[in-house]
Amino acid sequence: MTTGPPSGLEAVRLRWGWMGAALGLLAASALAGIVIGPAGLDPRQVIGELVGGGQTSLSETHRAILWEIRLPRVVLGGLVGGLLSLAGASYQGIFRNPLADPYLLGVAAGGGLGATAVIALIPSADPRLLPLAAFAGALAAVVLTYAVGRSMGGRSAVSLILAGVAVAAFFTALQTFLLQRNADTIRQVYSWILGQLSTTGWGEVAILVPYAAVCGTALVLHRRLLDVMSVGDEEADSLGVSSARVRGAVVVFATLATAAAVSVSGLIAFVGLVVPHTVRLVVGVSYRSLVPISAVTGAAFLILADLAARTAASPAELPIGVVTAFIGAPFFMAVLRTTRRYVA
Amino acid sequence: MSVVVENLTAAYRPGRPVLREVGLQVDTGEWLGLLGPNGAGKSTLLKAIAGLVSHNGAVAFDGVDSASLPARVRARMVAFVPQEPTMPPGMTVTEYVLLGRTPHLSYLGSETPRDLAAARSALELLDLRGLAGRDVAGLSGGERRRTALARGLAQEAGILLLDEPTGALDIGQGQNALEMIGSVRRERPVTMITAMHDLALAGQFPDRLLLLADGRTVAEGPASAVLTVDYIRDFYQAAVEIVEVNGGVAVVPLRQGTR
Repeated sequence: MTTGPPSGLEAVRLRWGWMGAALGLLAASALAGIVIGPAGLDPRQVIGELVGGGQTSLSETHRAILWEIRLPRVVLGGLVGGLLSLAGASYQGIFRNPLADPYLLGVAAGGGLGATAVIALIPSADPRLLPLAAFAGALAAVVLTYAVGRSMGGRSAVSLILAGVAVAAFFTALQTFLLQRNADTIRQVYSWILGQLSTTGWGEVAILVPYAAVCGTALVLHRRLLDVMSVGDEEADSLGVSSARVRGAVVVFATLATAAAVSVSGLIAFVGLVVPHTVRLVVGVSYRSLVPISAVTGAAFLILADLAARTAASPAELPIGVVTAFIGAPFFMAVLRTTRRYVA
Repeated sequence: MSVVVENLTAAYRPGRPVLREVGLQVDTGEWLGLLGPNGAGKSTLLKAIAGLVSHNGAVAFDGVDSASLPARVRARMVAFVPQEPTMPPGMTVTEYVLLGRTPHLSYLGSETPRDLAAARSALELLDLRGLAGRDVAGLSGGERRRTALARGLAQEAGILLLDEPTGALDIGQGQNALEMIGSVRRERPVTMITAMHDLALAGQFPDRLLLLADGRTVAEGPASAVLTVDYIRDFYQAAVEIVEVNGGVAVVPLRQGTR
């Protein structure tokens, strides 16, 4: 028997114990998200309905609430939270920057501009176009942020974030301009900007599922390479990995994940920062565990944040972006304090 | 594995070459020491051989043109240990050394027990078993050097390029590092090129030395032919005395002003 930290292959494998804990948290959050609301549902009946598939004691009304209102919303929250956390963890790895987050890099703002452009300029467009439009805007934003951050002189974690702030401000200004010119859509876009998970059944979920499957698979498969990238581009290249190719692939999939999430739920800030950081404190720095466990934990986090948004000021509903920012902004300040050494 | 470099010219900015038409040959199992004042181009030469900086001229391993090799195949032939390796805080020594197995894994593959065995044997060779579970951020200077070297050994390449393996080490740690490298060579048939700074040690360990100045080769041969009072005065602007030791030579700087 060995003591202390693992020194065999288990050191570089997914830590299934923590993954199991994250899945347990997700299951508990999902159940809470389903049963709590204006009409309380009985947890045992809900589990029976979900597991047993039909033959249960739930009333017709409650069954409709479960299948048509609560469950789609919980699944949507889980997908959005999972995608944003996955993207955050991946950006942190690929940019070797503890502050990287879809929101802080300007990616969310770029996605917002892309989606707004479609809503405002082509009102008749198919909603399934939104993720692609958001992706175009988001990719433009992240490329611009990276280029500007590098031109500001390199290694500082903060220069990338400053670039992200500038890019986000610019894209948000463009978005506002578009809205002013198309005032008839302002209400629709404004509620979307604040972040919202209110759904009309399973439509948004259906839009999101393919993106979640593709991006989730691609980013989880790249997790070993994120560990290799942590020694820097030149050393990664010396180990036979094309750092440019890996960065390109990871940025594309993380950005697509962000864009898909943003296009159905609006700008939900800080999820991609808070969740990977918290998970890192528990499971360690290796992206082999960090990427998949962050995705699962992020799903649970957003389901709980949505539950808070629905119930805190009931019967009114807070925008979920307000809830996550309320938790995330102080958290960001704390992270900023501990990363002071990166600033110089 | 042999290394042949011909007419190698490299520049980071156009018109400002760092290396000018450098040529060298290292036979299988031989140890070449690269010397030269700061800015002479030692690190750039190592990186060019490793395929990490773009250059003109040819680099061949066992007669195979390096430019024709995919990066992953090249990385199985050549391991490069930089002067100041990046060690991500929170990573353990084992995880870090396992990174050396990267060129042996497919793009999306993961390590097998064979890779762990290679990493363990590298740890063993460098006397690092006791540190296997330690955070790399908490290592001392000498331990960091050995850990970086272990990653290079885990790569199981026939050619090992070491940039300043004694950089930032004290006299005991520096000597220890070179003894370790010497013992590695007795265990494994590895060809080595090391950029070296410490002229007291450089004349005692490598088989042969090459002196670079301003990107050109100015002297090459056994230590006694390269480490001479004249060369060191001309290229390092230093006044020294050469002492014969251990079948090699050591360079001792001499004070010029009056006491």
